[in-house]
Amino acid sequence: MEKVESRAEVPVTLTINGETRTALAESRTLLAYFIRENLELTGTHVGCDTTSCGACTVLVDGVPVKSCTMLAVQADGHVVETVEGLDKDGVLHPLQQAFWDNHGLQCGFCTPGMLMTSLALLRKNPNVTEDVVRHAISGNLCRCTGYVNIVKSVIEAGQKMALEEV
Amino acid sequence: MFPEAFAYYAAHTLDEALDYVDQYGYDAKILAGGQSLLPLMKLRLAAPAVLIDINAVAELTGVTETDGQLHLGALTRHSTMEFGCWPQHPLVAEAAQQIADPIVRNRGTVAGSLAHADPAADWGAVLLALNARVEVRDKHQSRAMPMREFFIDTFTTALQPTEIITRVEIPAPPAFGYVGGHYYKLERKVGDFAVVGVAVTATLDQGGRVLSAGIGLSAVGTTSLKATGAEEILVGQRLTPELISEAAQVAASESSPFGDRRGSEEYKRAMVQVFVERGLLAIAEGGSRVTVHSA
Repeated sequence: MEKVESRAEVPVTLTINGETRTALAESRTLLAYFIRENLELTGTHVGCDTTSCGACTVLVDGVPVKSCTMLAVQADGHVVETVEGLDKDGVLHPLQQAFWDNHGLQCGFCTPGMLMTSLALLRKNPNVTEDVVRHAISGNLCRCTGYVNIVKSVIEAGQKMALEEV
Repeated sequence: MFPEAFAYYAAHTLDEALDYVDQYGYDAKILAGGQSLLPLMKLRLAAPAVLIDINAVAELTGVTETDGQLHLGALTRHSTMEFGCWPQHPLVAEAAQQIADPIVRNRGTVAGSLAHADPAADWGAVLLALNARVEVRDKHQSRAMPMREFFIDTFTTALQPTEIITRVEIPAPPAFGYVGGHYYKLERKVGDFAVVGVAVTATLDQGGRVLSAGIGLSAVGTTSLKATGAEEILVGQRLTPELISEAAQVAASESSPFGDRRGSEEYKRAMVQVFVERGLLAIAEGGSRVTVHSA
């Protein structure tokens, strides 16, 4: 995206979960709202809307970002991954399965962000310790679980992902 | 929440970005990581008419090291400093990993934090302690200034409306010594602004004498502060418990915190003293000492 005049709507094209999608956005449209409202992928949640809670975390070019604090026009031409891209043909991703098995969620509102942050972490290194996981998800708030089962889920998913890689 | 409407221009070269700031000046804001600017715009505390996005300007990326000196391109993200390996600058990574939270650190930039000039931000104190320099340029010329001339007031810097920060330079520590550095941050919860932040660094010669010392303070004044009085006390001396205690007291007296919901003025001053003392003791004990070039 080169130039967008104030209040003008321009087409924003990005690759989301492997699919190339285009939709109109104003310069001030935030990526989180673009994904939810314009692309109709409502798995990405907006929690605090103040860059604190991490519920809106998506991967942009593989890196976790808080999508409420990035402009949609900034994602033009980039690769975005959201929670909808995790399962394959109805089979849960190891992370999702581990959250299911370990009761890693209660209300589930923070879960999309937790999953995306953890995905980026485990892609870099699936063999993680409790300390590493706690540090990595420190930008994702959960008000239900007390984090214990989330941490357990991420460690277990990492073990599964490490085996799959071999 | 969404910001007031604005025109968005993405620059692909530094020249292009400089043309835009030259044209729009005070009406424009540079968008780097956006981790302070966009929240402010969403809260309608800022409403620039033009945003100039520099994320695609390759000239502003990258960190290079020459003879122990670090050159940070203006787009250097906090996470780059967190995971980089610069043994001669132990303070840098230790401070970077305490900024906001990991996701914010993926986008937020060092230079953006400086330009924003929040007195509670972490880089101000760290770069003051390290005697860093800031390189800025407008369409016509570039200039550089020491960090201590950069901050003017809260959210106010020496940066002119037509200028962009291009680089931050962290000088090499003195040769033939040991360098130690620590950053301490008191925060109510992860990712919160500092109640008090203290950056301490010192280079010691073989005999344990201080060759250089740097102390920077966050959130205890209208800008990030440099405790120059405390630094002067240390230079040329051995880090004895008495000297450390004296320097910590002086640093606390050089701070000028305001009492707020994060703590009273007295409390914050006391925490400055505790952290300066803790940092200098750790350096004296060699906790994070790294040998600098041996020949």
